[in-house]
Amino acid sequence: MTTTDMSETKPPPAKFKPVHPRLVRYWHWINAFAILLMVGSGWRIYNASPIFKGFRFPNDWTIGAWLGGALQIHFAAMWLFVINGLVYLIYGVVSGHFRRAFLPLDPREFLRDFALALRGKLPHHIGSYNAVQRLFYIGVILAIVGVFVSGLAVWKPVQFQTLAALMGGYEGARIVHFLMMSAIVAFVLVHLTLVALVPKTLWPMLWGRARGEDEEGGQS
Amino acid sequence: MKIEKPETRALIREDKDIRKVERRLFLKQSLSLGALTLLTGCDVTDIGAVQSITAAMSKWNDKVQAAIFSQSRLAPEYTEADITKPFPFNAYYRRDRVPYVDGATYRLELSGLIQDTRPWTLDQLHALPQRSQITRHVCVEGWSAIGKWGGVVFGDFLRRVGADIRARYVGFKCADNYYSSIDMATALHPQTIIALTYADQTLPPEYGFPMKLRIPTKLGFKNPKHIMAMFVTNDYPGGYWEDKGYNWFSGS
Repeated sequence: MTTTDMSETKPPPAKFKPVHPRLVRYWHWINAFAILLMVGSGWRIYNASPIFKGFRFPNDWTIGAWLGGALQIHFAAMWLFVINGLVYLIYGVVSGHFRRAFLPLDPREFLRDFALALRGKLPHHIGSYNAVQRLFYIGVILAIVGVFVSGLAVWKPVQFQTLAALMGGYEGARIVHFLMMSAIVAFVLVHLTLVALVPKTLWPMLWGRARGEDEEGGQS
Repeated sequence: MKIEKPETRALIREDKDIRKVERRLFLKQSLSLGALTLLTGCDVTDIGAVQSITAAMSKWNDKVQAAIFSQSRLAPEYTEADITKPFPFNAYYRRDRVPYVDGATYRLELSGLIQDTRPWTLDQLHALPQRSQITRHVCVEGWSAIGKWGGVVFGDFLRRVGADIRARYVGFKCADNYYSSIDMATALHPQTIIALTYADQTLPPEYGFPMKLRIPTKLGFKNPKHIMAMFVTNDYPGGYWEDKGYNWFSGS
């Protein structure tokens, strides 16, 4: 009977809805690469004239081999970082991705989730962010905007002098740039620690879906 | 800027042969390439590819900076109270290697696309209208310092000697074998001056006697000291640090 045949064949796959949309995944990995280059070369540039006397980054942790090499890499990777970031910002706002993924921001919910996280009891649901994640992701996006804006002021303190003046001039912009870098690096460290603790979160960022999930399983 | 590598320090002062500089550059690059190869395990062709990408991006950044640059946007000027004391000494050599230039016999030589290439004495330069300004010197390394320089507006000087101001570059040769070049737009910026004084005194040797080009819209290494000759050209002249990899335009 044709009906039994029908029941044995697979139903048409449910519309696949990835945990992370393709554009977000590409953005994420390009961004990770760009941040690695920017931070690694930035540390070498910092070492040429430390803002905080006596504090230098170990040269082995830096990229560029010397000041000139680091500057070349910094100002080349800058374009990758900025263009990639702009695409993400525009996409995030226009598509509603930011609203869906990062809102609402409820302080009480954050405090509750943060307390749970500190006790190691915060559950991780793939496909949705808890309040701690939402605040941290918004925070790092703001730090990326901040590192870009302060970077512009450090790069062109005369041409963008109004911008630099908002940060207390060239020297102020240097400090803001350093602090924004520090915030991003702190985020990356927490982010990597959490991925190491909850490795199943790595799969969706690589392939779009959770591990073991096949074409049939859409995310609920 | 300070000395990055000891081999640049060894540059012989009287050495006028640019090819020697290039040899040192080659040596230096191969040293840093070798170090990178050890660090990363990449082979040299990969590094070469990376360097060609970053060098091409640096050229692109020259164009972007030229587009961002505005001849009417002035660098902020400061008050006497803001001046950094002491103003840092900076060169690719130590203070005890500062070149000695005799002011009495000094002649600024002009060449290239300039109508009147008669050399200039210091007295003749001092006889031109002078202006001074207190501006921030930003070093490629990141530090900055505020100082007061006085002298002749460079654009006025270029027009006075009949320089072709549609040409692309102005190049400089210095008594310490330093050399550099700038774009014509920056050369004609109203704050770009031939500095003959620092803090209202004759420019001291460590700050570039007998003259330094003071450009508050460019990084410090684009402000050559001990200038002996300048020329106007359409052929890219490069520069001491620029040829080693610092961005050529290096505007601020």
